[in-house]
Amino acid sequence: MVKLSLEGVGAAYGARRILSDVSTPVFKGSEVIAVVGPNAAGKSTLFKRIAGLVDGPGEVRIEGARRGMDGICYMPQDSVATARLTVYESVLLARKQRQPTWTVHEDDLALIDTVMASIGIGELAFRHLDELSGGQRQLVSIAQTLAREPEIMLMDEPTSALDMRRQFQVLGFIRNIAKARGMIVLIALHDLNQALRFADQVLVIADGTARASGPCEDVITGQMLREVYRIEARVERCSMGARHVIVDGALHDLAVA
Amino acid sequence: MSSVSLPTTVERSAYRGLVRRKRLLLGIVAIALIASVLCDLALGPASYRPADVLRAVLRPASVPDQLRVVLWEIRMPVALMAVAVGAALSLAGAQMQTILNNPLASPFTLGISAAASFGAALGLAFGIKLLPVAVDYIVPLNAFAMALVSAMLIHLLSTRRGVTAETIVLLGIALVFTFNALLALVQYLATEQAVAAVVFWTMGSLTKATWAKLGIVSAAILVMLPIFARRVWQLTALRLGDDKAASFGIDVPRLRLQTLVMVSVLAAFPVAFVGVIGFVGLVGPHIARMLVGEDQRFFLPASVLTGALMLSASSVVSKTIVPGAIFPIGVVTSLVGVPFFISLILSRKRNTW
Repeated sequence: MVKLSLEGVGAAYGARRILSDVSTPVFKGSEVIAVVGPNAAGKSTLFKRIAGLVDGPGEVRIEGARRGMDGICYMPQDSVATARLTVYESVLLARKQRQPTWTVHEDDLALIDTVMASIGIGELAFRHLDELSGGQRQLVSIAQTLAREPEIMLMDEPTSALDMRRQFQVLGFIRNIAKARGMIVLIALHDLNQALRFADQVLVIADGTARASGPCEDVITGQMLREVYRIEARVERCSMGARHVIVDGALHDLAVA
Repeated sequence: MSSVSLPTTVERSAYRGLVRRKRLLLGIVAIALIASVLCDLALGPASYRPADVLRAVLRPASVPDQLRVVLWEIRMPVALMAVAVGAALSLAGAQMQTILNNPLASPFTLGISAAASFGAALGLAFGIKLLPVAVDYIVPLNAFAMALVSAMLIHLLSTRRGVTAETIVLLGIALVFTFNALLALVQYLATEQAVAAVVFWTMGSLTKATWAKLGIVSAAILVMLPIFARRVWQLTALRLGDDKAASFGIDVPRLRLQTLVMVSVLAAFPVAFVGVIGFVGLVGPHIARMLVGEDQRFFLPASVLTGALMLSASSVVSKTIVPGAIFPIGVVTSLVGVPFFISLILSRKRNTW
């Protein structure tokens, strides 16, 4: 089984320290971990550090995953590409990074068909990248990540540009595939209700360090929201039994006109 | 992924179709290139019938000595030099546009041709040797040495921390201005005759092509192509942005730097031997991109072929404008190529970059 844990992990860009002393419990295969926290708290940097794209102190312990970018896939936040490639070609491109021969096998193409159909972008297959909307680009990026069949996925706000229905669809799909393939999925999310719905665990990053981690219901509490986000809110069960963050109105230290 | 049952649409057959279409386009450009080379061989002070040219090419022993000598000793090196130079410049331009993520990048934007012109001018005007060589090779080797100097300058500056693709383009433009100013200085100080020689050199000319020079330019292409070929997927991924490429496990700064050095060398050889032939390095890749897109498995050969075809066709045109005279090929390439390229860009509804 795949395992991932962090032990005193830090990261810096030059002299600017972004992360320090991030430690986590051991995350195991099939778990979806929501990484939450305010903007610029260091979530993206944490992902890059885990993927080995930035250096720093501490230890990223990984068991049961292929080394390097084949086993651990980092999906960066939305970026606009002007490359003259079709969506299909760009997903194939992600797939072929690990086996850089010119020939493309039928298996590769079958997998790409499946991935694209599963997140509902089959009809975009032969559109060019520069013709896509922000949300479509995000779906393509998810398809690229899935096409690489990693053991650990690090997804940086993968649903930030998606409409509500697509968010549910994509997060539900990611959760299913994590369970089906025994992957560890870390997803940076801003919507705590989505975290409560789709994640097994939560890792709270604030001011460059881990403030809390554990099962969603233990971590996402009124107290955490007050301390980390400075928002007065409560977490309650709805009639269906699911937990929701409810903001009653007043922000803790912010005058809202 | 097999354990999650999902409906699969079959896009892969459409993709196979797309690949077939791209191969067909490459084939068509290749045939056009062969036709252009045959025209190039047939035309000249004495024009030959295409059938005779073909026979002289395929079975040299079966044609009269005079035809064989004219074709194989005089016209063939020039015709093939057009192909090799066009291919090298276009390939260099394609990879510069790729690694710098910039549609304006070409061997000229980075100052390579400006530097080469300056090197050549030093030799032509003052007989200065930058390298200890025979007199025949002073000009090309000076040009080559200066082209490498500019490439190394760019290389050194871009290894500094935090240098992005945009910075490299700006540095290149700074070098263009610097070397152009130095070239103007040489022309100001030189004799009238020397200035004429410099001006003629900078127009670009294939007429001094020999089998030896052709061999050197071809060798540069043949050395570089397999290296690029091994990296097609990485190079294509660069165009998705640095972050995405890095997330694929590509060492982006290293790949960019290595490619930069390779394309600089690739561009330096043709510039050294035939002078400044602009435009091919810029436009060849754009036409290739319009034809087959940017999957480098197709984009690489397409760039080679479009560049070679452009220059070969220009060579044909340069002989036909005024019978008996050969116009400088650099001038022809630009004058014929520019209207064609502008019409191509404007006739498309969608962006091509």
